[in-house]
Amino acid sequence: MFDYLVQRLAISVVTLAVISVIVFTGVRMIPGDPARVMAGTEADEAGLAEIRAKYGLTDPLPVQYLRWVGLALRGDLGESIRTRETVVATVAKKLPVTVELACLSILVALCIAIPVGVLSAARRNTVWDYLANSLSLCGLSVPSFWLGIMLILLLSVRLHWLPASGFVPLWENPLGNLTRMLMPAFVLGVTLGAVLMRQTRNSMIEVLGTDYIRTAYSKGLRGRAVIFRHAIRNGLIPVVTILGLQMGALMGGAVVTEQIFVVPGFGRLIVESVFTRDYPLVQGVVLITASAYVLINLLVDISYSLLNPRIRVKGAADAA
Amino acid sequence: MRMRRPLFAMAALGLGLVLAAAPALAQKKTLVVALNEDPDLLDPTLARTYVGRIIFEQMCEKLYEIDENLRIYPQLAADLPVVSDGGKTVTIKLRPNVKFNDGTPMNAEAVRYSLDRHLNMKGSNRRSELESVNSIDVMDALTVRLRLKVPFSPLLAILADRAGMPVSPAAANKLGDKFGTAPVCVGPWQFVERVAQDRIVVERSPHYFDKSVAKFDRLVFRIIPDDNVRLANLRSGDIDMMHLVGPTDAANLRKEGKYEVSNVTGIGYSGLTINLRNKNGKPPAPPGDLGTPLANDPRVREALDLSIDRVALNQVAWDGQYTPGCTPISPVSPFADKSRKCPTRDVAKAKKLLADAGQANGYSFEMMIVNNPQQRRVAEVIQGMAKEAGFNISLKPTEFASALNEADAGKNQAFLIGWSGRVDPDANIFQFQTCGASLNTSQACDEGLDVILNRAREVSDVAQRISLYRQAIDKFAFSRRNILYFYHLNYIVSYPKSLKGYKAVPDGLIRLKGVSWQ
Repeated sequence: MFDYLVQRLAISVVTLAVISVIVFTGVRMIPGDPARVMAGTEADEAGLAEIRAKYGLTDPLPVQYLRWVGLALRGDLGESIRTRETVVATVAKKLPVTVELACLSILVALCIAIPVGVLSAARRNTVWDYLANSLSLCGLSVPSFWLGIMLILLLSVRLHWLPASGFVPLWENPLGNLTRMLMPAFVLGVTLGAVLMRQTRNSMIEVLGTDYIRTAYSKGLRGRAVIFRHAIRNGLIPVVTILGLQMGALMGGAVVTEQIFVVPGFGRLIVESVFTRDYPLVQGVVLITASAYVLINLLVDISYSLLNPRIRVKGAADAA
Repeated sequence: MRMRRPLFAMAALGLGLVLAAAPALAQKKTLVVALNEDPDLLDPTLARTYVGRIIFEQMCEKLYEIDENLRIYPQLAADLPVVSDGGKTVTIKLRPNVKFNDGTPMNAEAVRYSLDRHLNMKGSNRRSELESVNSIDVMDALTVRLRLKVPFSPLLAILADRAGMPVSPAAANKLGDKFGTAPVCVGPWQFVERVAQDRIVVERSPHYFDKSVAKFDRLVFRIIPDDNVRLANLRSGDIDMMHLVGPTDAANLRKEGKYEVSNVTGIGYSGLTINLRNKNGKPPAPPGDLGTPLANDPRVREALDLSIDRVALNQVAWDGQYTPGCTPISPVSPFADKSRKCPTRDVAKAKKLLADAGQANGYSFEMMIVNNPQQRRVAEVIQGMAKEAGFNISLKPTEFASALNEADAGKNQAFLIGWSGRVDPDANIFQFQTCGASLNTSQACDEGLDVILNRAREVSDVAQRISLYRQAIDKFAFSRRNILYFYHLNYIVSYPKSLKGYKAVPDGLIRLKGVSWQ
């Protein structure tokens, strides 16, 4: 297990190093002069030169990269060009918002996906299965933007049940927070739920056809006991994998959802910082996002071995 | 088990009542305004965004202010400035007993400090606006004297904007270039907090000299970029005032009967900037010959101008809510030439001009546009109209910052772009039209025109300036045509009918002094 962990950690570190290079060069490949964006259309050459000098934009790229990485390793990701707030402080404000949104949407997704997926697999080729598949198709094909606007028009404009947008921190006003996060979490969770439901269904169908499940039935166990005690644990392993892989999509979805519901999270931060060519902020935010993604996948890999000891053993055997 | 249902229903009802009552209670003392964009740094010296000026309006007053008719009147100054020495000395008397929002006095020394800061601070966006100022002297506690290098009549309008905002020297010294994170000026409201991309909150100032004008304890400016979402928030009551209502939504809001829709012609313009000689980059790079008929033959540009029906363009692209125009000076400006009539569409003449220019079989060029639905709509209407006269325009949608770069570098033939406008016409013209000026991306140059525009800066008599601008506009808008002016953007603001006292000013900034719930 230790060797397996070390191997996974080493891969993660290399991945992060590669990501840092991609992020840094990628940001500089975006057309548009950040000094021009900062100074606005009225800027003269002297003003632009002053800005470029202040943010070291005239130094050679390798020098800029090494300076950035050196500071990043010490936890200093620089300062937003636009607001003069440190990137770390900005991210510290935004990250909890998107983490909360992501957690709530995963909750929504799991609440939809697991029961519906299991039911669909257990009642394969019945009306329940067809209904579940249709629901899943709807979840996958309805655009988040459209669904979000429709929910606002129905629940906020027409019925006045929920606030249309905004965010209040959970610790300041828990009820206000939940009422504001309900719609964004639902919109973000629906697509993820549809993906996970399909995966749950397929995986459960496969598990329900295995020998040990047949053995369980032949020993006289009832259907519910077989599903919940024996099938579901193995059936959920691929679902956990997909959940980990979907975190990237979740972040992408958060960009749209946060725009619709005016949630001041990471997604809006990324979009705004790209449009305003706020280099330090774009780099910091993307690096943190990528790190989170790598970390989540590391945790997913570790969770496999906890869910299924055979993976752990195989990993150890391979290492040996 | 059965008892649970009524309990659940009661809890849901209670929750609903709390949720419904909460906004109503908050509404009494807090006004929520939705803006379409997050301002940049809230420092009058470093700021550059239009929306930032809306925040400053509430908490950073200026030496001078403009009214609904674009007339300038004293705000923190006691009177209009006294101009002497042939226009080279400007003496400003200040209003007595004014305090910054940290309780420190706003006096001549503070004004000198602020103007010095605008002129000398690294990265200042006000420096070019104040470049005519040679020295700033404190005459007494409430009098400041500016010595100018040359007479410069647009200075008064400049002091009615961010360059005229005094900042608290105590706060500015303490925070340096981070002043914008906790700005302290003079205003009916003072800065409380900012959550980037979410909201900016200001509260009533205890130090403001006229306590009767701030009717709300708090103002919350929420940042909602999407027009549809902003509108849905207005309808749901989550916001009280919506800035920049889409023209196509304005008519619907009026029909609903619950909202006031304020629509005022702005002081900016939208048009097509045609690259004439920008081959190697904008000034100070030297101009070069592009070798295209669009750049070199004024008849081609005139033909393009004549192919556009400005009224129809406004009707189709903006639901008739904006104001057609053909000059950089808005019709609401005191400097507007009321006698000028815009050219009407004349496809036959346009075709003849194209034929005379040797393009009888049609002429193709590429038009760069900012990649958003509104600009695409305008561009497609222009494309369609121009096609009838023989122009084949291909559209090049480009992200805003990249488009600015392309235009600066001269990598475009024509660019559909506007200018938010300033009160004094000089700021809408001089930097775009004079030889070697910093915003002259088309590299157009006519020394005769420069003489007229420089003269218009020196004289202070409005009638004389109107006459000079008429001559200048004849030269650049109706002869050279390096910018084809199409319309003036209108500022549409909507709010519930129970909100009273809002007065729209053509700069489009929201001013909330005296605004209250009925």
